[in-house]
Amino acid sequence: MDPQRKRKIRLVVALSAAVLLSVALIYTSFSASTEAKEPSQLLGAAPGTSYEMTGKVVRGSVRHRGDGIAFRVVDRDGQGRALPVTYTGTVPDPFRGGREIVLTGQVRDGAFVGEPNTLITKCPSKFTTKSNG
Amino acid sequence: MASIGSALLALAFLAAISAAALALAGRRGERRWAALSRRTVYAFCALLTGCVAIIEIAFAGNDFSFNIVQQHSSIETPAFYKLAAMWSSQEGSLLLWAWVLSIAASIALFATRDRLRELVPWATAVMMGVAAFFTGLMLFAPDVNPFATLSPAPADGIGLNPLLQHPSMMIHPPMLYSGYVAFTVPFAFAIGALVTRRLDAEWIRATRRFALIAWAFLGFGLLLGARWSYTELGWGGYWAWDPVENAALMPWLLGTAFLHSIMVQEKRGMLKVWNACLVVGTFSMALLGTFLVRSGVLQSIHAFGDNTVGPYILGLIAVVLVGSTALIVSRLDDLRSPKRIDSLISREAVFLVNNLLLVALCAVIFWGTFFPLISELFTGNKASLAAPWFDRYTTPLAILLVLFTGIGPLLAWRRVSWESAKRVFLAPALVGLVAAVALALFTDAAQRPWALALFAFAAFALTGLAQEFWKGAAARRRIAGGSVAGSLAAVVSRNRRRYGGYIVHAGIAVLLIGIAASSSFQTNREVTMRPGESTVVDGRKVTYVRSTASVDKLAFTAGATLRVQKGGEAFYLHPTRRFYRPTGQAGPGTISSYFAGESDSNIGLKAGIGSDFWTAGQPDIGGVQRHARAADKGFEACVAGGPGTPPQCKAVGAMMRAAAANPSLRPIALAQIERLQLDTARQIARGYVSEGAPTTFKAIVNPMVTWMWIGGLIALAGALIALWPSRARRRGAGVRTEGDALKEAKYREIRDAELDHAAGKLSDEDYALLDAELRGEALAILDRAGNGDGNGGGPVAANGNGAEPRETAPHG
Repeated sequence: MDPQRKRKIRLVVALSAAVLLSVALIYTSFSASTEAKEPSQLLGAAPGTSYEMTGKVVRGSVRHRGDGIAFRVVDRDGQGRALPVTYTGTVPDPFRGGREIVLTGQVRDGAFVGEPNTLITKCPSKFTTKSNG
Repeated sequence: MASIGSALLALAFLAAISAAALALAGRRGERRWAALSRRTVYAFCALLTGCVAIIEIAFAGNDFSFNIVQQHSSIETPAFYKLAAMWSSQEGSLLLWAWVLSIAASIALFATRDRLRELVPWATAVMMGVAAFFTGLMLFAPDVNPFATLSPAPADGIGLNPLLQHPSMMIHPPMLYSGYVAFTVPFAFAIGALVTRRLDAEWIRATRRFALIAWAFLGFGLLLGARWSYTELGWGGYWAWDPVENAALMPWLLGTAFLHSIMVQEKRGMLKVWNACLVVGTFSMALLGTFLVRSGVLQSIHAFGDNTVGPYILGLIAVVLVGSTALIVSRLDDLRSPKRIDSLISREAVFLVNNLLLVALCAVIFWGTFFPLISELFTGNKASLAAPWFDRYTTPLAILLVLFTGIGPLLAWRRVSWESAKRVFLAPALVGLVAAVALALFTDAAQRPWALALFAFAAFALTGLAQEFWKGAAARRRIAGGSVAGSLAAVVSRNRRRYGGYIVHAGIAVLLIGIAASSSFQTNREVTMRPGESTVVDGRKVTYVRSTASVDKLAFTAGATLRVQKGGEAFYLHPTRRFYRPTGQAGPGTISSYFAGESDSNIGLKAGIGSDFWTAGQPDIGGVQRHARAADKGFEACVAGGPGTPPQCKAVGAMMRAAAANPSLRPIALAQIERLQLDTARQIARGYVSEGAPTTFKAIVNPMVTWMWIGGLIALAGALIALWPSRARRRGAGVRTEGDALKEAKYREIRDAELDHAAGKLSDEDYALLDAELRGEALAILDRAGNGDGNGGGPVAANGNGAEPRETAPHG
């Protein structure tokens, strides 16, 4: 086989492998992803579906309950009705009232039940340019 | 002071713009303009150094008239963290970016002051363009001027968030920044090469060190970040596929690919388009990393709401991408290489594969990181991908990479015959196979096929690398004699780039072993215990011996003493959790305010070569909070002085009323109240210990995680060895002209081939062919230099003795 042709075949094989892999990547990413919602969108959500909830912890709403905590969250802009949340397990260091959190879980009996080890609390003070001073 | 700083910053902005303009004025290579522009870059660097010094002095001296100091420091902030507080702010981190860039640009221009006369002006213009962008951002964008002031100056600042008060804060951000910023230099020189159509390897030779430095800084920054997360953040992991972590990993991966593929261009003149694309990609990724932390477009632990500068950086990325792409497309004809890869069993072929793997890895991470935006675009729903998705794709790619980490060093450049390939691969392949079988039989590694494959490939790679060192040392010893250790040291120090690179490979293999073992075979338990109770975690009996509590003016600390026993061996751990009072408020807060601020964990960690025992506790402070509220109420009632108040209460109440009437008594009253509060809080702390409240512990048994840190440090050491200047360079006999650089590179190739032959990687026939080829190329270089051609010329042919390398190794 002449080298020109050999190179062409190699290129075609490599390209089709790349295309196949990217199709797999794209397909699985849509099926494996969790929908992101804000608390107000979750108030009436159907039970049984996993969501990634992003919201702000209501100040003073955090209660310790046995080996977990219960608190309420509102939308990131601080608006809307509050959604009750329960979470079992240890919480990240920065977690407290007024902080933004990201939590994966499901809605059960009107409350958002977080999956263990999915609670992310945003680091608060870096790169804020405005504050009450 | 602030006005001086503002003036310096404005001057720096002007200096950056004039340096770029002067450089372009001298784009035809006039020395006068080049020298003037270079000195303006030095001045730019000096001006920014002044700015940084003023900010740091303000931090050290508690000058709260500086907005940045008031927001990020306080009188109570420890001195060490006052100096690090600059880059915890948006404006301070931008200043750090510009400052590091000014240093990198000055060094790059100093190193090339007598070379690359056509290319340097454009490179200067690009670097100073980027510098002017960041300096201009601080001057003109809203809310990010580091010299903004407050009037009147407040008495105290808000303080640095206790979570950031960790020794890593001093080095982790500057390391990452230096990594991001240093990639500007190879990018700028690549643009210069494209514009001037000087597309051989001269821009690569001039900036290879910067790429390596950037890569090492970025890698070390990532490692420190992982360590910080593991020991400080209280969740027990070191990597979370968080967007900001990914943002730093992506340029590192592309940088790794770049460092390999530029060798192919240097030695073979191939992959020019690829290298140009890689350097643009790496720099864009570095900018993207800078952008992501400041934009809030993605949900992350690090991404914070404000996005005053985000859009500007996005604009810069767009300009960089569009401009560079247009430039590369317009130069496609010049970038085409007449040469082809000779054989699939050659080092350049392996480099190509490793490049594809690294770019694929970067593409997967990019897709996953930006998936929320992609999904919103197509489905209208923001959806995100979690760690398992990332793991599914990155694991096989990482395993293949380890394999090629081992294969690459075993092959020589250009071509290798089957026979010699078989010889060098035999031992490593056998060891890899034996390791796989032994691990499958005697451990439970077989349950995790991915991990098992990684261990086997890593064993293969490490054996291959050890064999390289051994054979190199043996070849040297045959010729020069001496001890084994001496020969090893000699062969490494004479071929720093090669053996430094091998050490990096070994470090990465060890690091990946640590990651694979700790992520696949980890035991992770959460359990709630009261003092006296115990549980079993992975064969270890864990007993909650007793609780501890302490209070000071700043924080309430609740801790635990744990006894961990395995077999006859036992050790104690003391995880604690500190609850900080909010900082930056005047006067004494209530006792409840201890629980209104930040809290952080101090983990209990017993690190070991075999496995780590990691634990963090979250005490149930419900009782403590109840008592604190009751105490606050009691105090109020007491001060009000109702019926039945105890006498010491009445005294405090009287004191406060007196202070209200007579301000000079205020400090005494405040001190009194503070003392009383502290006493009460101490009582509450004692109450916490005696009530035996439950604590939720997270306990992790992490096998071999220590090897991850060790591997990272080995890789860093390897990078330093590869960077260390050769003896000739240190003597100052280094590369001044482009002809010298070309000659030196070719000599190094001849030496490499010699070493490969002596170490048995090249058969006699292969070596004879290759050597003749290389010597021919070297002669051509000398001829050209002798005819006065080439950029800079120089007395190259003065050596005159043909293609005889000055310093031959291993012949000595």
